[in-house]
Amino acid sequence: MAKILMKGNEAIAEAAIKVGCRFFFGYPITPQNQIPEYMSKRMPQVGGCFLQAESEVSAINMVYGASGAGARVMTSSSSPGISLKQEGISYAVGAELPLVVVNMVRGGPGLGSIQPAQSDYFQATRGGGHGDYRLPVFAPASVQEAVELMAVAFDVADRYRNPVMLLGDGMLGQIMEPVEMIEERKEPLPKKPWASGVPEKEGRSIINSLYINPDECEQHNYKLERKYQEITKNEVRVETIGCEDADVLLVAYGTMARICQRAARDAKKELGLNVGLVRPITLWPYPYEQLAKCAAQASVKHVLCVEMSTGQMVDDVRLAVSDMKPVSFYGRPGGMVPTVKDILAKLSSIKEGM
Amino acid sequence: MAVVFKKTSMLTDTPFHYCPGCTHGIIHRLVAEALEELGVGNDNIIGVAPVGCAVFAYNYFNCDMMEAAHGRAPAVATGIKRVHPDKVVFTYQGDGDLASIGAAEIVHAAARGEKITTIFVNNAIYGMTGGQMAPTSLPGQVTTTSPYGRNVEHCGYPVLMCEMLSQLNGPAYIERVSVHDVAHVAAAKRAIKKALQAQVEGKGFSMIEVLSTCPTNWGLPPEEALKWLQENMIPQFPLGVYKEI
Amino acid sequence: MAKITFNEELCKGCGLCVGACPKKILRLAPVRINLKGYHPAECEKMEDCIGCASCARMCPDVVITVER
Repeated sequence: MAKILMKGNEAIAEAAIKVGCRFFFGYPITPQNQIPEYMSKRMPQVGGCFLQAESEVSAINMVYGASGAGARVMTSSSSPGISLKQEGISYAVGAELPLVVVNMVRGGPGLGSIQPAQSDYFQATRGGGHGDYRLPVFAPASVQEAVELMAVAFDVADRYRNPVMLLGDGMLGQIMEPVEMIEERKEPLPKKPWASGVPEKEGRSIINSLYINPDECEQHNYKLERKYQEITKNEVRVETIGCEDADVLLVAYGTMARICQRAARDAKKELGLNVGLVRPITLWPYPYEQLAKCAAQASVKHVLCVEMSTGQMVDDVRLAVSDMKPVSFYGRPGGMVPTVKDILAKLSSIKEGM
Repeated sequence: MAVVFKKTSMLTDTPFHYCPGCTHGIIHRLVAEALEELGVGNDNIIGVAPVGCAVFAYNYFNCDMMEAAHGRAPAVATGIKRVHPDKVVFTYQGDGDLASIGAAEIVHAAARGEKITTIFVNNAIYGMTGGQMAPTSLPGQVTTTSPYGRNVEHCGYPVLMCEMLSQLNGPAYIERVSVHDVAHVAAAKRAIKKALQAQVEGKGFSMIEVLSTCPTNWGLPPEEALKWLQENMIPQFPLGVYKEI
Repeated sequence: MAKITFNEELCKGCGLCVGACPKKILRLAPVRINLKGYHPAECEKMEDCIGCASCARMCPDVVITVER
């Protein structure tokens, strides 16, 4: 495939279509509008269905119905809209429904701002809805990676019968980058004998998350728990850059990781510091072991977590590093994006303390 | 002698959990019989159960069923129908589910002319949760959240779903019926069949509002509840066809 | 001649069938109770039954079968 210049949102939508997603239900909200817009143009061209719902609450429930009917289906939104979808996501987890939710995070809380942010980390990884549940969360750092992770997201959703989230941000959605689009999926979509109205159905299909008897609900929760352990075992993804014998480790994901990568390179020249970068690609399941391994190196004196928020992933960084090394945080919320200069200033103050 | 009346195969063998004399049971039977008489076969029917007294409907209708979040059945049904346009898709909802939390979903499903059929059971109260006031509770009606009687100055008037939705272009068939006596039960079945037929013919959205009793939370014996419905609910919720194209 | 049979164990003794019967031949068993503790409906004079199925149509638990 030749490389073409594509906007993040549109590339993500096209990737979904390439892997056989034929149903999209969404609602307008900046900064992800190009996803529903693109889908509204493309879905009819591929015999799919785009429908704009009356609200995000309705949209996620349309996705619930379509997924329960055996379709490969997705929705997208941005922070406030994702908050509205949390109940629906919890229901889909309870009913074991595969679906993909894309969140192009914007400044919060409340109406917040429309610029890029990472302030939905807790909501995504700790579950913004009710009940014991988890979502595999993929955090791409480039449009190319976002395209590739969409294919992974749908497969993971089907493999484990669980909703999956792709966590981007306003910048990732809006920037245009050269993209090598993924190939059209050739193999047929997986069979779903549990789904409603499908030819491969085995007896009466019941899509439900109600277990009125507590002992049955308990067993159902344990079944879901075993699923999460399986996902944790198989689906952790992380990238480490220049961590060998690093003095300081940066930990960042998504857009923030790209800026940190540049800061790490400049720190070598300007501060004489070997700075490595640990970039979680799955925010859940989180790469605790890999991060701990990097931090355990004798050379590493300090771990700096950088986010576009007031600090959420830093909790997981502390869990991974615990008391091995000092962990500090730098971030800017509300849609402000930390600059390379900001990070270098923080690294230099760390250097003085070393 | 031949059997002239027996339980439809469109209902499973699971006994209903409804309170004695609750007319949900009658409505389940009517919907099941109407579905069976469509002749499309159980495997080509997908129903969506609400949250409310009918939350266990997925145990009763002998076809594929989905349990929707409270108020969201029309959205779930929309998702299903878009994936399986050839299947008969219906939602079965109570007044709290449809006229309160799910008002946006039903209005927009109707406005879209979604080719689904909604059975809207209106008993003017929240049954499952113990008798709270519903959007369809009558002025002056005493409930556990309107202990002094529904005060319209304070919390407004009953929501008239058939009247509202029939203003839209999307619906093909909207009728309000009741099940308070044998004659009306027969009429209700005819209405449900017409609504399902409108769906099968692809005419658009269809809804049947069925006035129903709640002996337990109305605090009335079953037969008196039927009388209360006739004397109090019908004047507030006039029966009849509100939309037919 | 017609005949109705009750799936007694599923009857909740609600009495709607009694009210619906045009021939007024139904009643709730005065003494007998079913496994759930309800007085099930029963027919006092089957010979007067005309098989109209009004009882069956008003039964919320679909426990009545009608033959004619």
